[in-house]
Amino acid sequence: MPDERKIILRTSGLTKVFGFGRNKTLAVDHVDIDIYESEVVSIVGESGSGKTTFAKMLLGLLKPTEGEIYFQGKLRDIGSRKKRKEYWKNIQAIFQDPYSSYNTFQKIDAVLLDCIRMRGDGKLPYEKKVELMAEACSFVNLKFEELTNKYPFELSGGQMQRLMIARIFLLKPKILVADEPTSMIDACSRATILDFLMQLRDEIGMTIIFITHDIGLAYYVSDSVHIMERGKFVESGTADEVILHPKGAYTQRLISDVPKIYEEWDLSTVEYSS
Amino acid sequence: MENVILEVNDLTTKYITRYDEDIYAVDHVSLKVEETKSLGIAGESGCGKSTLALSLMGYYFPPLHYTEGEIIIDRRNISGMDPDEIRKSILGREIAYIPQSAMNALNPTRKIINFIEDVIQAHDMYVNKKEIYERASGLFETLGLPAEVLQKYPVELSGGMKQRTVIAISVILFPKVLIADEPSSALDVTSQKMVIKMLKQLLETGFISSLIFITHELPLLYNVTDDIMVMYAGQIVEQANAKEAVFDPLHPYAKGLMGSIIVPESGLRDVKLTSIPGVPPNLKNPPSGCQFAERCKYVRPVCKAMSIDLRDLVDGRAYRCIIPEDELRDLYQKEADQNAR
Repeated sequence: MPDERKIILRTSGLTKVFGFGRNKTLAVDHVDIDIYESEVVSIVGESGSGKTTFAKMLLGLLKPTEGEIYFQGKLRDIGSRKKRKEYWKNIQAIFQDPYSSYNTFQKIDAVLLDCIRMRGDGKLPYEKKVELMAEACSFVNLKFEELTNKYPFELSGGQMQRLMIARIFLLKPKILVADEPTSMIDACSRATILDFLMQLRDEIGMTIIFITHDIGLAYYVSDSVHIMERGKFVESGTADEVILHPKGAYTQRLISDVPKIYEEWDLSTVEYSS
Repeated sequence: MENVILEVNDLTTKYITRYDEDIYAVDHVSLKVEETKSLGIAGESGCGKSTLALSLMGYYFPPLHYTEGEIIIDRRNISGMDPDEIRKSILGREIAYIPQSAMNALNPTRKIINFIEDVIQAHDMYVNKKEIYERASGLFETLGLPAEVLQKYPVELSGGMKQRTVIAISVILFPKVLIADEPSSALDVTSQKMVIKMLKQLLETGFISSLIFITHELPLLYNVTDDIMVMYAGQIVEQANAKEAVFDPLHPYAKGLMGSIIVPESGLRDVKLTSIPGVPPNLKNPPSGCQFAERCKYVRPVCKAMSIDLRDLVDGRAYRCIIPEDELRDLYQKEADQNAR
């Protein structure tokens, strides 16, 4: 079955090294991954395992030390500013902290108008743009009339994160990298954010790369899951395989550490370490 | 009936803003914690969980003010006591508090042991350093922390280690009640489990007599505490033992919270997660009637007209809703059938 689907993003031997000499840290260590079209892929790991570094390399925000990234079968080329902009039309991101994702001095209209310009509709008449913005806002259950002339700090964290999704809705990229999009949000509004992401996948056929440390969340949203430990993928497979029947010792430990409600949560396995 | 360690009756506290507006963040809260028991407090951010924790200590500083109610710790009423007296004889000894960002509570320029010396000497001036060291290292060893930690600076410790150190310091005067406000929210799952194990160990070995645990992570509460209390807009909306609160919640808000639980277990993918639309009301001008009416799916015209009292059921169970118990369960059952995905 995998052969029928199209590979949209592929990395081979992707490596990132920070520092040099004695301070050398291998953040991402020769990672090979095939990401198929309109698939939700989760990358799960503890803090410091290299998830975000990996995401930043995919986004082209960090230059890999070694290895290649293939986008739609071709070697990714973001050498020039123009090519980089072209690439970013296809890949977009939502970050962990909605409070620092916005320009504090820019009104919300400006944020959305920017997206319209980015997708090449900058020359449309203003009424048409307003229509587009209102459509994007209503997709995430926000009212555009209430948002105009407001600054990002006037919104709550959940609203900001929803607005971020409205941006994505306008840009309609092929790939979305969601880096812990719900970790700073209340548990109650978490489901809403996830719902919108799933809708994007279903309606536009977007590929979502979901980066999280919450195993429950990864299990809920994803088709396939990769467990990352110290810059390497230690276990990969479909969500059911990896989360319900983990094989590796690291994955088993990680899953046993999450509090559960149907099974007994075994505290005796904890060993205090420094 | 077992020995009640902490009893709170109708406690109300308010914030006074600089425009002289009153915000009742804790609104007639009553609770009881028995010896060796733990109580969990759940709710969204802005529901008054942390304010309740602060209010329970009886030590108020502006903008938080005491209005009415009583706090009884081990048969001693501490409400209305002189703040200096509370600081000296209650805080740390009777009731201890681990704030949300406890990891940053340590002084970066001083070694852990110096910090502990300060804490102990603030309550008892006639203890010498040697005694303090012995007491601290003894406590640290029993709690699974190496004694070398005492000679280190906070920067030399990892996040989980810092958190456990802070917890150990907070129980060094053997308080009766320990209030832990989101003690593990900034930690990864493995360190979180260590912190939880430590808290449980404290309770089992009798270092503390009872524990109040505040978090919005429901699976965690379910595993740690005996009873769960759900707060909304400064009021208690549901009170039950952990099992009932998670699997059979009555109040629509509590039900909504339970619907957003995510755990890596089979069965999770078969149901659709639900969330509660909207935000908690602004407590500056709280709505008349039920505080949750605006966001409630089962709202009725009466809900907005009159204020709703907590209904007491058997076994310390209570909920604040106008709809009878059985009717609520029917409504939830119907909805669950629709939501199967």
